[in-house]
Amino acid sequence: MIRLSAITRVFHMGDQEVRALNGITVDIASGEYVSIMGPSGSGKSTLLNVIGLLDRPDSGRYELDGIDVTTLSEPEQAQVRRNKIGFVFQAFHLVPRLTAAENIELPLILEGLAPAERKSRVDAALDAFDLRDRARHRPAELSGGQRQRVAIARATILRPTALLADEPTGNLDHRTGAEVMALLEGLHHAGTSLIVVTHDRELGARAHRHIAMRDGEIVADEK
Amino acid sequence: MNLRDTLILSFSTVASYRTRSLLIVLAMALGVAAVVVLTALGDGARRYVVGQFSSLGTNLVIVLPGRAETSGGFPGAALGQTPRDLTLEDARFIGHLPQVRRLAPLNVGVAELTAGGLLREVTVLGSTSELLPIRHMKLSQGSFLANGSERSAQIVLGSQLAHEFFPDGKVIGQRIRLGDSRFLVSGVLAVQGESMGFNSDEIAIIPIDYAQELFNTSTLFRILVEARSRNDIEPAKAAIHHALKLRHDGEDDVTVITQDAVLVTFDRILRALTLGVAGIAAISLAVAGILVMNVMLVAVAQRTSEIGLLKAIGAPAADIRRLFFAEALWLSLAGGAIGYALGHFGAWMIRLAYPVLPAWPPAWASVAGVATALATGIIASLLPAARAARLDPVLALSGK
Repeated sequence: MIRLSAITRVFHMGDQEVRALNGITVDIASGEYVSIMGPSGSGKSTLLNVIGLLDRPDSGRYELDGIDVTTLSEPEQAQVRRNKIGFVFQAFHLVPRLTAAENIELPLILEGLAPAERKSRVDAALDAFDLRDRARHRPAELSGGQRQRVAIARATILRPTALLADEPTGNLDHRTGAEVMALLEGLHHAGTSLIVVTHDRELGARAHRHIAMRDGEIVADEK
Repeated sequence: MNLRDTLILSFSTVASYRTRSLLIVLAMALGVAAVVVLTALGDGARRYVVGQFSSLGTNLVIVLPGRAETSGGFPGAALGQTPRDLTLEDARFIGHLPQVRRLAPLNVGVAELTAGGLLREVTVLGSTSELLPIRHMKLSQGSFLANGSERSAQIVLGSQLAHEFFPDGKVIGQRIRLGDSRFLVSGVLAVQGESMGFNSDEIAIIPIDYAQELFNTSTLFRILVEARSRNDIEPAKAAIHHALKLRHDGEDDVTVITQDAVLVTFDRILRALTLGVAGIAAISLAVAGILVMNVMLVAVAQRTSEIGLLKAIGAPAADIRRLFFAEALWLSLAGGAIGYALGHFGAWMIRLAYPVLPAWPPAWASVAGVATALATGIIASLLPAARAARLDPVLALSGK
């Protein structure tokens, strides 16, 4: 359960003050499928970063599963990020020198799991995301769709409660984008909350709840 | 992230940036190798010189004619002239001092040696039977100017000379001509090699009286004195000064040096020299450290997006810091190990090229070289590692 109350995030650009989030209050229940839409600079990515604990709000309260996570220390926030949140990025963000399997394994290494446990989980993920024959390939040797599948496998390997996707199909062609969305929606059906930030109206419309933003504020929240 | 995974992940990173890593390792290795080789040279030179002096003898006091320091006492001082030479009488007088166990007067010159139709110029030492124990010389055959027989025409040959003149090995009892005099070979020195500028294998030793006659002189080149014990060295030195001053009408016109003083001085100078060259070599290690820091800073800049990703998937700042720290550790470790091996190989090459020089790298230098490489690499990684750990994940993900 995500509960944001009067969240503000202000950026200073020279003398100018940009209120990227201006008193956002929103609740997202466990297992929801939410799209966040809005024009460039509306604050949708900043909101996703705050939800994902990549960015700290300047004021307001953020509760994740009943815990005020804004007061947590840096290592505690890192642990919450590791165990409860999975990120999927437009640019995939795979480590270029690691193979697909090694990229998927990264969160398990950070969590300190034993090598045998890691191997069995990575093997299961490779099968689940149809990457078995690409396991030893590096990102440069993978197609866009395969890269995003590796990124999704990595984001979900520690079974997070919320999956945050920032323009997940932005770098993919229409058909591959649809495949990736089907994959993400499959994870949502399995019980994971899915929050997708997108420009794409068609993509946004697939969600069960639609949040529209403008100038750092929520201007519409429809189911 | 546990330690094992940190080390494995950082190692794979270092290995994947092959050229960059090799260059850093090379810089580190050359720094460590320079420390090892230069200290091996310095310490080798020290051991060579100390060894040379030690081979002179034990508890040795050397008496030279003339004063070592400049004085205005007599007009010839500036030209190196002495008011009075050392004589055999002086030597006998010193021999009665209680602190003196034994002494050997010494004359040195060059003369032609002829035997069996062969001829060559040799360095001739004139002395007494006491020279053998004082100079720690050993015989391979025969006897050494047997006591009380200094006046008989005996000659002892160095092993090389003996071999050249009498290749069949029958040396003892052979007649030989030195200058205009005939000598009977009484002994052959064991192989000893070079010592203090003399190759003992190519010298001939004759009784002191014959040497003075041969070189037409009544003076001595040196008197080698062996004190009764290590504690008697300084008293012996003082007593010799005093005795010779009495004999030389109150003039203190001899120089008495002790082997210990020379040894200590050379040891101190060469130790300082070794430390000096080690210090100079260590500067190259510091430069390598700066290179490590520079390259690591560039790596942080190049891998900003990757650091952002690691943070996004839940790596705390401490893990990021440790990863970069471990990378520097691997690079320094590899540099230190390769440098250690290179240094020892270099020292081995020097020993191969100059067998007389015991160019063994001192253990302290090898340890200090590798430890300095590790410390330099680790210190150099602190700033880049801290910078990486501090990166804002949102900005880092966008590569800023």
